[in-house]
Amino acid sequence: MTDLEAFRAEARAWVVENAPKSLWGTSASGPFEGYWGGSKCEQTDPDLLRWRDLGIEKRWTAPSWPEEYGGGGLSREQELIIHEEMKAIGVPRPVGGQGLAMFGPVLLQYGNDAQRAQHLPPIARAEVRWCQGYSEPNAGSDLANLQLKAARNGDELVLNGQKIWTSHANLSDWIYCLARTDPSAPKKQMGISVILVDLDTPGITVRRIDLISGYSPFCETFFDNVRVPAGNLVGVENEGWTIAKAILGYERSSIGRSIARQPGSAQREVVARARRHLSVPEGVIPDPLLRDELAALGMLEEAFHLTLARIQQSAESGTPGPEGSITKIVGSELKQRRFELGMKVAGAQGLGWEGPGFDEDDLQYTRDWLRSRASTIEGGSSEIQKNIVSKRVLGLPEGKK
Amino acid sequence: MTRAVTRETSEDRAPSLLLNEEQKMLSKTAHDFIRSRGPAARIRSFRDSGDEVGFSRELWGEMAELGWLGLQIPERYQGMGLGFFDLAVVLEESGRELMPEPFVSTLLLGAQALLLGGSEQQKRALLPGVAAGDTLVSVGYEEAGRQGGASLPAMLANESGDGFELSGEKLHVLDGHMADRIIVSAATSSHGCTLFLIDPAQPSVTVTRQSRIDGLSSAIVRLEGVPVKRDAMVGELDAGAALLEAVFDRASVGLAAQMLGASEQAFADTIDYIKEREQFGVPIGSFQALQHRAVSVYTDIALTRSVVLAAARAVDESPVEVPRLASLAQAMASDTFMHAAKEAIQMHGGIGVTDAHDIGFYMKRAQASYMMFGTPAQHRKRWAELHGY
Repeated sequence: MTDLEAFRAEARAWVVENAPKSLWGTSASGPFEGYWGGSKCEQTDPDLLRWRDLGIEKRWTAPSWPEEYGGGGLSREQELIIHEEMKAIGVPRPVGGQGLAMFGPVLLQYGNDAQRAQHLPPIARAEVRWCQGYSEPNAGSDLANLQLKAARNGDELVLNGQKIWTSHANLSDWIYCLARTDPSAPKKQMGISVILVDLDTPGITVRRIDLISGYSPFCETFFDNVRVPAGNLVGVENEGWTIAKAILGYERSSIGRSIARQPGSAQREVVARARRHLSVPEGVIPDPLLRDELAALGMLEEAFHLTLARIQQSAESGTPGPEGSITKIVGSELKQRRFELGMKVAGAQGLGWEGPGFDEDDLQYTRDWLRSRASTIEGGSSEIQKNIVSKRVLGLPEGKK
Repeated sequence: MTRAVTRETSEDRAPSLLLNEEQKMLSKTAHDFIRSRGPAARIRSFRDSGDEVGFSRELWGEMAELGWLGLQIPERYQGMGLGFFDLAVVLEESGRELMPEPFVSTLLLGAQALLLGGSEQQKRALLPGVAAGDTLVSVGYEEAGRQGGASLPAMLANESGDGFELSGEKLHVLDGHMADRIIVSAATSSHGCTLFLIDPAQPSVTVTRQSRIDGLSSAIVRLEGVPVKRDAMVGELDAGAALLEAVFDRASVGLAAQMLGASEQAFADTIDYIKEREQFGVPIGSFQALQHRAVSVYTDIALTRSVVLAAARAVDESPVEVPRLASLAQAMASDTFMHAAKEAIQMHGGIGVTDAHDIGFYMKRAQASYMMFGTPAQHRKRWAELHGY
């Protein structure tokens, strides 16, 4: 048995023994499921909290971070094995969220010692929750057009402007922002810096945005003369665009992976809905066109999972490359097709918003279908992902956008 | 909410989808050899010169010497004793240049039928010659009005003396005009068919070469009371349909590997072209309308690569997964190749529809491959059946 095989056996045994039974099968264990932590956390499920505590105690919330920053000091391979074993029984990671999946890895790479020591351990212990301040009303796909201003004033930076689509800003403690620190820079990608802001700082207003699904996972975040210590600037001043792109790389690949769930589960889910709504409890579904669509979905799902596995197997380093764009494009498309087909088989029973005549599962499904429309937009639209692949993988010349 | 957790081994962890060092070397060697010795333009020369063979026996012999034809054939039949995965590595490269050599007829149909159903005597008699490049073995299953090898063929095998007499006609027998042996499916009862190994040199066999668009050669093979002994049966009596299905599964995976290679090459040529070709004073590859479509082809190819490798791995390591993954590979590779070929022609513009340019051959081969072992829609139907709906 190799060391990694021995570690897998150990990881499996620990996960199987410790993960609360009520959490089994509830998750694909993507990085954005389960307990997200922070001081404003609304999750109270005792099993979820127990699983969080066990993970923190084992130092397996951030398995590959250095021990001095609250991590487990393990290798990336070992971290992958831990996550695979959690995924195999369908339990979420003990702690999830942006701090672990995106912000932490970037701070490890670009932050200074003081920033790491201040911010990483509370993330690993689920005490502080982070959100991302990227998009602005006039900086969506054209992210480099951002205008949030951070002006130096002695030892402080003074922030003025607005962020939008800040996921769960209402439930977060800190935000990492892209801000313009040099408005006179010759190119819009220059003069941008990454700044860390405590959301309790005076001058910040957070307002939730209602979506077509009825959910409100996103917020608008306003900055009115918000003063933060100059030491909260990450990396080199005015060279934040490099860091921004690195974070977007983590985001792309983690969104692709978070869509993955269990192989075959999308097909099983939609087939089960078809059986229920069309009263075909077993055997062949009579409509050959529907069967063809179900099979096409199942095939795409299998191909997507195999491609994720292939990319993972061939990744020589842990830094996500442009292939993350492929998994983001395909994963979000798969998610939408799954919900579209699931809605189609439900017929009028899929039209319920609330109240009598509709069962809970169908109401939830309809809202998830509406929510899925955002999957090809958030984290960089499919069109932006295609621009990235076109330029960085295929080497096609840049043209007018 | 707690759902039942099923731990299906096949879904637990993905198979290894990477080439090992030897396979990477094999891929590189095959790539360089085929690019320099077997370019797609040969299809035009074979056609225009009215070549009676339609491919190069010399090149086939050289590839035999390199060990490629016997990669998957066990050592006791003078093969290399490696796996189907290794063969798939070479097939992908052969697909890049649409090689007309008898990969499909002999390595993917004839040899697989023998490996899966052949008697020890048949294997000993034929497989060493296949590995050496001397013996060509094809399979005849297409019939007029019965596409794709129906489970009950119109070709009849009537019992006669201590054997059978075969009568009927097979169409599109790949490399039938050059084959040393042909395995045909024939009805042996009202409900079952059997595979028989015949020698096309026998007097009551007529072989007529067909002229096709795709650069592959095929023949009409007509049997008029061809006598065969019982030891000419490949596999058991009345068990031909299941055997043929297993052969088609492997052939589908191998053909999918060729389609993957062909898609990659058509795509690479197209990307090169749109980087060079200028209109409105700029390379047309700078237009987003083309860029996004190019990424769409690239994405299809990336997905297809994963399913082809997984299916080839399954042939070696998890036979129970082969039907499902073969259908997946064949369906996706067919759609991808067709997509890549259509976009290749469109992005090449006018030059793409001229006979002088090679890109049109990719379109023609895409059409042939699309239906060779079942269309994508037929494979999706099978996928649904295999998944219980």
